[in-house]
Amino acid sequence: MQYHRPTSFNEAAALANQATGETRFLAGGTDVLVQLRADIVTPDTLIDIKSIPGVGDISQAPDGSWTIGIAVPGAEMREHVQLGQDWPGLVEAMDLIGSTQVQGRATLVGNLCNGSPAADSVPAMVAAGVELSVTGPTGNRRIAAVDVPVAPGRTSLAKGEVVSAVHVPARGTNAGDAYLRFIPRTEMDIAVVGCAVNLSLDTEGTVTAARVALGAVAPTVLLVEDAANALIGSSLDDKALDRLASAASAACNPISDKRGTVEFRTHVAGVLAKRTAKIAYARAQGENT
Amino acid sequence: MKKIHVTTTVNDDNVEFLCDPRETLLDVLRDRLNLTGAKEGCGTGDCGACSVTVDGRLVCSCLVLGAEAEGKKIATVEGIAKGEELHPLQHKFIEYAALQCGICTPGILVAAKSLLEKNPDPTETEVRYWLAGNLCRCTGYDKIIRAVMDTAADMREAS
Ligand SMILES: Cc1cc2nc3c(=O)[nH]c(=O)nc-3n(C[C@H](O)[C@H](O)[C@H](O)COP(=O)(O)OP(=O)(O)OC[C@H]3O[C@@H](n4cnc5c(N)ncnc54)[C@H](O)[C@@H]3O)c2cc1C
Ligand code: FES
Ligand code: FES
Repeated sequence: MQYHRPTSFNEAAALANQATGETRFLAGGTDVLVQLRADIVTPDTLIDIKSIPGVGDISQAPDGSWTIGIAVPGAEMREHVQLGQDWPGLVEAMDLIGSTQVQGRATLVGNLCNGSPAADSVPAMVAAGVELSVTGPTGNRRIAAVDVPVAPGRTSLAKGEVVSAVHVPARGTNAGDAYLRFIPRTEMDIAVVGCAVNLSLDTEGTVTAARVALGAVAPTVLLVEDAANALIGSSLDDKALDRLASAASAACNPISDKRGTVEFRTHVAGVLAKRTAKIAYARAQGENT
Repeated sequence: MKKIHVTTTVNDDNVEFLCDPRETLLDVLRDRLNLTGAKEGCGTGDCGACSVTVDGRLVCSCLVLGAEAEGKKIATVEGIAKGEELHPLQHKFIEYAALQCGICTPGILVAAKSLLEKNPDPTETEVRYWLAGNLCRCTGYDKIIRAVMDTAADMREAS
């Protein structure tokens, strides 16, 4: 195994582009090193991207949008008060990953690019409308987080492409997000279902925009448009919530495993969607939940 | 395989070592630097017995490569006592008998110290969540939690 520590994204992309065999980027290593030690994947080339300037920064632009460096661990997102006020759902989704020790290392982009259908921060990123800067051998592009996973363990990134920044939109007024997952325990487990909801309201409390994303119920994260449409125009009355639950359940295409059956996951997706929407709605109304 | 030369700081001492690219920080601490306080319980981030801090951040040393230590400040359980003088947490763990076999103890001490530095007045729930990644097969956790809570109270009084 070759270990590289590039100091620019162009260098990282060039290294990955020239590499033969298995190549991995090393962010927090909480997936890469587990796979290495379990002899699941032993990379021939490991590119540590944490020495590139700026990768540990969280910054807000004058328009209110955020840029999160690709090496920022969950613990630093959690400690960033202003980011948590703007995007509590995104921060709480990241914070659910692993233990305090795992939080000291795990990153948003690692969670996304590892490609687990149950990755906790991914529905929250998708609901938030997160976009990513990608540096490749021939230049840069910007893609939506929802377009990254293509199958379990597979992403749409081409050979030599590395994610170079995470862009979170401006929060805007009367808006809020939330993430909930169902696990059989209270800590340290893999989501049976994950649900993120991101809402904007008008001054009367009517939903004007919504994004609903589900994790662990299909081969990749789902952005469920019917579920969002069930909420838009409502003030989250019981009818709207029932329509939301039906749309969320209808979108599911899960597997059965030891954590939950197809029927269970499909049902829980609806229940979680309702609960998550209520929290996002309360936050959009300025409640500190 | 070509070895990597690493210069780093462990418990405020400057150290240098050569390691294989696949070697973890835990391997380096135990096998090259003779710091055997950090333990390998699982090697996959689940048990916390290998807990150390890197630049003040609590991590599992089994999920950090030795090569990643370059230029960092590492702190391990060996640095918690000042010479013969035990840290208040260590005194309380003895007083409460918060350990039996002791395998989990170095990791729990490092993790608990890191909590109290960030939050000198944690609730019991906060202590339990903070330590959720530190598994103990012997004590049933209760004595550990009480020892940490009591240390926090004493340290607040003393300061
Ligand atoms: C004990 C434990 C508990 C866990 N619990 C959870 C949990 O509850 N929920 C959950 O979702 N996950 C969990 N995980 C999995 C893991 O912690 C997360 O997926 C984490 O977010 C991965 O981030 P990382 O920075 O450590 O990624 P790494 O391991 O560094 O990388 C993961 C993958 O992403 C790629 N990658 C990383 N950065 C980039 C980049 N900038 N551009 C392109 N590709 C990149 C790498 O090539 C690699 O394939 C757990 C892991 C452990 C060890
Ligand atoms: S040995 Fe590192 S977490 Fe168990
Ligand atoms: S004292 Fe034996 S594992 Fe904790």
